[in-house]
Amino acid sequence: MIPELGHFSVILALVVAIVQGTFPLVGTSRRVPSWTAVAQPAALAQAALLAFSFACLTYVYVTSDFSVLNVWQNSHTEKPLLYKISGVWGNHEGSLLLWVLILALFGAAVAGFGRNIPPVLRARVIAVQGLVAVGFLGLLVFMSNPFERVVPAPLEGNGLNPLLQDPGLAFHPPFLYLGYVGFSIAFSFAIAALIDGRVDAAWARWVRPWTLAAWTFLTIGIALGSWWAYYELGWGGWWFWDPVENASFMPWLAGTALLHSAIVVERRDTLKAWTVLLAILTFSLSLLGTFIVRSGVLNSVHAFATDPSRGVFILAFLVIAIGGALTLYASRAAKLAPGGLFAPISREGTLVLNNLLLMAATGTVLLGTMYPLFLDAVTGEKVTVGPPFFNSTFAPLMAPLVILMTIGPMLPWKRGDLSGALARLKFAALLAAITAALTLYVTAGIPPLAVGGIALGTWVVGGALADVAERWGVGRVQWRDVVARAVNTPRAALGAAIAHAGVGVLILGITGSLAWETERLEAMKPGQSVEFAGYTAVFDGARPARGPNYDAIRGTFRIYQDNALIAVMEPETRRFANPPMATTEAAIRPRFGGDIYIAMGESTGDGGFAARLYRKPMIHWIWSGALIMVLGGLLSLSDRRHRVGAPARRAAAAALAPAE
Amino acid sequence: MTWRVLVPLAVFVVLAVALAVGLTLRPREIPSALIGKMAPTFDLAPVKGRATGLSSDDLRAGTPTLVNVFASWCIPCREEHPLLMDLARTGRVLIVGINQRDEPEAAERWLAAFGDPYSRTGADRDGRVSIEWGVYGVPETFVVDGRGCIQYKHISVLTRDVLEREILPRLRGERQVRCDG
Repeated sequence: MIPELGHFSVILALVVAIVQGTFPLVGTSRRVPSWTAVAQPAALAQAALLAFSFACLTYVYVTSDFSVLNVWQNSHTEKPLLYKISGVWGNHEGSLLLWVLILALFGAAVAGFGRNIPPVLRARVIAVQGLVAVGFLGLLVFMSNPFERVVPAPLEGNGLNPLLQDPGLAFHPPFLYLGYVGFSIAFSFAIAALIDGRVDAAWARWVRPWTLAAWTFLTIGIALGSWWAYYELGWGGWWFWDPVENASFMPWLAGTALLHSAIVVERRDTLKAWTVLLAILTFSLSLLGTFIVRSGVLNSVHAFATDPSRGVFILAFLVIAIGGALTLYASRAAKLAPGGLFAPISREGTLVLNNLLLMAATGTVLLGTMYPLFLDAVTGEKVTVGPPFFNSTFAPLMAPLVILMTIGPMLPWKRGDLSGALARLKFAALLAAITAALTLYVTAGIPPLAVGGIALGTWVVGGALADVAERWGVGRVQWRDVVARAVNTPRAALGAAIAHAGVGVLILGITGSLAWETERLEAMKPGQSVEFAGYTAVFDGARPARGPNYDAIRGTFRIYQDNALIAVMEPETRRFANPPMATTEAAIRPRFGGDIYIAMGESTGDGGFAARLYRKPMIHWIWSGALIMVLGGLLSLSDRRHRVGAPARRAAAAALAPAE
Repeated sequence: MTWRVLVPLAVFVVLAVALAVGLTLRPREIPSALIGKMAPTFDLAPVKGRATGLSSDDLRAGTPTLVNVFASWCIPCREEHPLLMDLARTGRVLIVGINQRDEPEAAERWLAAFGDPYSRTGADRDGRVSIEWGVYGVPETFVVDGRGCIQYKHISVLTRDVLEREILPRLRGERQVRCDG
């Protein structure tokens, strides 16, 4: 009964989405207020219907109702509760339901909180959201019904892929989708603006908080995914340039560009057509990512079980959504009056350069991801584009961007004074030079690129500090005034500086973990010891252990430093019965000097085990950097000026106060 | 309107065409390195409750054979099973099964419940033989000629179409690949 209610609710949501996607569009262009007014209740109803449906699916998972095909294929009674719940989105159908639910929630948020958006614009935004939902609900209802029954009901389920039975990965997809789908709001705003033929500062002010929220969620999602890859896959890496990783990274890069170009629209009333295009591209890349993961066109460790007819459906939807949006763009973009020209050396000049570099990087990742497919389509040759391509093309694009991201905030709008900005960055430059020199001094023979990375990372962190110090007037005004200025600093500005500092920390983490990593691969027998990176690891042997739904072989390693025992580490290989699969559980011990990381592999047959021992200095800086970026995003989001309702109040205030 | 606003659309059209072609290519059909090679040497005990096991010598006995890798925990196997049963009933094709990483009781129950199309079965408890065969997903199906030379490999569920188009002709000795040595 419950599954049928859930199924029925999804079908109703599809019908509501069709109404939501058509009536307001006709109503706004033909001026039929009653049709326009359908938008809000429809968006709220759609969210309620899908929330109910999602609750139904969660219920059948928690109660292990194996008469539902999806539960039978992906769940098991012995599975811990957390993974029964995360199993809901650990498969194609359930994750699609989560996708449309989030889409509907964003639509409902615009309906519920966007009171200050002009009614026509708001109705159109909600309508475009509805149209996007029609595509995905169609896929859900006609090809991916999560509530399908099996007769007779099996007694036991098949279990969830053990790699997915992990807290990091349980919450990775929801955040990723919040990011992907969050960009749909920017997309809908862009389409609505194209229909309207008007983009102004107010439009940018409404788009920015949604984009920032989506960007923040996507950052969390990607960071969780890479953290999971680090400790669960047992390869010691954290980013593999896998097609599915790239699929989430491309919208992030484009979204970062959008975040910055929207500022230019808001402040300088220019760069409009470009910003609209970015909004379309960012969400298009999210859709493309969804297609890559679910159609099986590219090989990836993460790909869902695929079905060719589904691929055709998603591609058709992609062509209609993206092709339609870009056609609309091509026909209307010229109408978006371009703003005035501006000096290359100015805040907006650096933001344009930022956009060009970020989009070039996005293009590079897109090319690398799609190249195997292009080559296969044209010549039939099968290749894999690996990390060497991405590392050698991506880093050179990022380096100038990273130099720029510190200079940009120091430049005023309209026309800037480069030497003045650089003078304010003396401190950051000095800090970078000292750190680089120290790095060279401490580790002789370190590759020059690593020294460059360390210098860049320090430059960015130093620049972010300088930015804040500049705003607070540190060194220029009385301390009492500094405090007053600190209190009055807009949270958005502070958030931006913090997010920038996060990028610096991330760069330091990446560089440090690559430059100073130590790796030993050893076949170890009980009692044997191995030296690595100043530590001695003694292998005490391995014994069987039992988990809630798996059997494990647990090894014990004692780690000594200067003859003192500093850690006992127990890596495992786990063997799950449902479905039968083995996973590696690396043992990781964070220390001040870096992680000690041990992964144990297969038995070598003579009582020995293959062991990988790493010391990974500064690896945690990578995720700390991402976390700092997220905090910056959240702080910025909490700024009153970013709230959707703010523009009207701000306009009133602006009449009283002179512009900044 | 300048031509520049059409650039994004043009790029997307190229991408969409590539994706459409990509859908027809199915990258999962990675050609098996084992085609044109002799079947690996192995010797497996039969699945619980069966009399005849499976070894590489059985594949060199002169009759072309269909080697099907299956498991009771594999749902797609259930989907292709009726097809194998039909094929076995015709009596014209020799089908053998490698039972990958299965509990003996589960495998026995499975064959009892859904029928046994295999003239020989091998219980590959630890999956080692499957690895030798280059199996990376269950089900997979191989065509081996009378001398033990691997002719064809199909990954995932067998369909009637694949059977008619690819497998039966090869079992009849058409489109032969030669094994060196």
